[in-house]
Amino acid sequence: MTLNIEDLQQIARIEKSKKDGFQHRINVCLAAGCLSCGSGLIKEALEKEVTRRGLDSWCKITGVGCLGLCAEGPLLSLPTSGSYYQGVQVSDVPEILDSLNGSPVARLVCPAETPFFQRQVRIVTENCGRIDPERIEEYIAEDGYAGLYQALTQMTPQEIIDQVSGSGLRGRGGAGYPTGLKWMSMAKAMGSTKFIICNGDEGDPGAFMDRSVLESDPHRVIEGMVIAGYATGANQGFIYVRAEYPLAVKRLRLALSQAERMGMIGNNIFNTSFHFNLQVRLGAGAFVCGEETALIASIEGRMGRPRPRPPFPVEFGLWDHPTMINNVETLANIAPIIRRGSQWFAGIGTEKSKGTKVFALAGKVVNTGLIEIPMGTSLRDIVFAIGGGIPQGGRFKAVQTGGPSGGCIPEQFLDMPVDYDSLAQVGSIMGSGGMIVMDASSCMVDVARFFMEFCMSESCGKCVPCRVGTRQIYDILGKITASRATMAEFTMLEDLCDLIKNTSLCGLGQSAPNPVLTTLKYFRDEYLAHIHDRQCLAGACKKAEEVL
Amino acid sequence: MLAEGINPNATALPATSPAQDHRLRMVNRTMQLYRNEPHGLIETLHTVQESFGYLEEPILRYVAAALQVPLSRVYAVATFYHSFTLRPPGEHTCVICRGTACYIGGSGQILDRIKEKVGIATGETTADGKVSLLEARCLGSCGLAPAGVFDGEVTGKLSPEKVLEKIGRWQHHDPEH
Repeated sequence: MTLNIEDLQQIARIEKSKKDGFQHRINVCLAAGCLSCGSGLIKEALEKEVTRRGLDSWCKITGVGCLGLCAEGPLLSLPTSGSYYQGVQVSDVPEILDSLNGSPVARLVCPAETPFFQRQVRIVTENCGRIDPERIEEYIAEDGYAGLYQALTQMTPQEIIDQVSGSGLRGRGGAGYPTGLKWMSMAKAMGSTKFIICNGDEGDPGAFMDRSVLESDPHRVIEGMVIAGYATGANQGFIYVRAEYPLAVKRLRLALSQAERMGMIGNNIFNTSFHFNLQVRLGAGAFVCGEETALIASIEGRMGRPRPRPPFPVEFGLWDHPTMINNVETLANIAPIIRRGSQWFAGIGTEKSKGTKVFALAGKVVNTGLIEIPMGTSLRDIVFAIGGGIPQGGRFKAVQTGGPSGGCIPEQFLDMPVDYDSLAQVGSIMGSGGMIVMDASSCMVDVARFFMEFCMSESCGKCVPCRVGTRQIYDILGKITASRATMAEFTMLEDLCDLIKNTSLCGLGQSAPNPVLTTLKYFRDEYLAHIHDRQCLAGACKKAEEVL
Repeated sequence: MLAEGINPNATALPATSPAQDHRLRMVNRTMQLYRNEPHGLIETLHTVQESFGYLEEPILRYVAAALQVPLSRVYAVATFYHSFTLRPPGEHTCVICRGTACYIGGSGQILDRIKEKVGIATGETTADGKVSLLEARCLGSCGLAPAGVFDGEVTGKLSPEKVLEKIGRWQHHDPEH
């Protein structure tokens, strides 16, 4: 089955009129966070109650993707009235239905006028929480696959690359390499067989943006990949997803079969000569597989160990063919850029970092959850306005970005705009978007040790600096937290960080010292207090004698 | 024991019971999906683990022969990735997330208390074979930290008491759980 634009518009029209036919709609968040608080049961109860009351043609219950405010789950949204409900229980169901024609149930209302909802600018997550991710028709009704249609029927590959370059989009996986440049070199790469890989190996602990996008709007990523394939001359794609995200995998597989059935992937897409095949591949729990060359090895069915670059995957990748790897969020930005133009996208954000960024806000902050904000928003706005500040009147201490490869940013930089370059300046990285807020109860040496333990056990073991060095750093940090370290060891710690950063083979090792380096820089007194005064300023670490 | 050489004639199915046949069929299906090519190895091992609960040595030999991959590589992949386990799991599994948000939220204390009260550390199973304890790198449920997975069901906002209660119920045959 191949569709043309009339078919797409027809599907969208039917879907919209179906939606409008209902007096009321209730969207139940079925993303992993709310599901684990029992939102599945609530959806079931709502459906049963609606049927029992014979209101099936009056009120529509839809399961949707992430509504964002995970901390207050399970969440419901009522798009007809614009209100949200939080912390809903099955027993609240009759009351919610009773109140549909009157005023909302006061004790369940989640204030939507707060900065958490108002300050967000949604591009990547524009459909999250608004459509049923398991139905392609709903995606089409929100202009889904219109970008792909436009790209395939009205644009040359070069025009698409120009649009992407002109938008200023940079890789959302963390390093921020300009996406247009990557596409350009892929398009120029020699060879008739080329591959596109979507990197959904979201391994940073504390990051769940990609999971939410894949769970809430999988078609957006598929559309971005097909456009990328057309623009760069690739006919085969892989979406590499962590096995730890079963729901994302399930929805992605379902979305793929729907897209295949409608002819958005496969042969002669939209009656053009372009063909593209797409497969899902599961990771198996290895952080290092987020690194391009390790990811390729993993798709080939081998151990996920990186190799030196160059040659870069764009020349020499999967099965030695040119391969382009883009992050989930990067690809999720493509369809809107094609639909709305590069100028529109370039108008959002800062001079060198365009568009928005999705962050997973977690840790000691009131509103934990998923947020999308324009590049350049200040950390203070993120933590205090959108995040609602520190719970129980606690005192802000630091915010950690970029996971084990990033750094801890102290209070003095709270007014710094969040973009690739500012974060790099203070020694951290944008990373994939995990943002962990810490309050005074966290010991920064202990936090550094936590990340080092992570890097140590995730080191693939191929190169010596990373394999041995992370262990040595971890041991010294352990001694410091136990107040058993000497100044000589402290000096060695600094030397080791420098050594590992400069001599490791891949990004994992090169960035592993970042959490230590930033805490050394901004929280040096905490290190020294452990060594000189044998005390933990945060009161989090046990002294050696207490441990024994 | 797996480090020994490969038996080149190990293409025949291991001796199985009817129940095992069904499980092997699942494994065969996955391998066929990848036309028995070596790149299907990781997906195949996922299926083996889903069907058999863990990566049993005879099955690893079987997979190696069927995909024409050296057994050493199958073993390397099986031990490289954290998702795979070579030991049979307990009747119930409790996974505690050790992601950053969960760590900040106190998942370390939960693990300490389990060790203290139940006597198992990460990767271990209780002597009665009832409960296995595992750690996850990050479940992506950071909004609900600290989080865990109990027999496949993600649960958030855990405390040591809640977790111990759950494990206690598993150990004492509470029919409802």
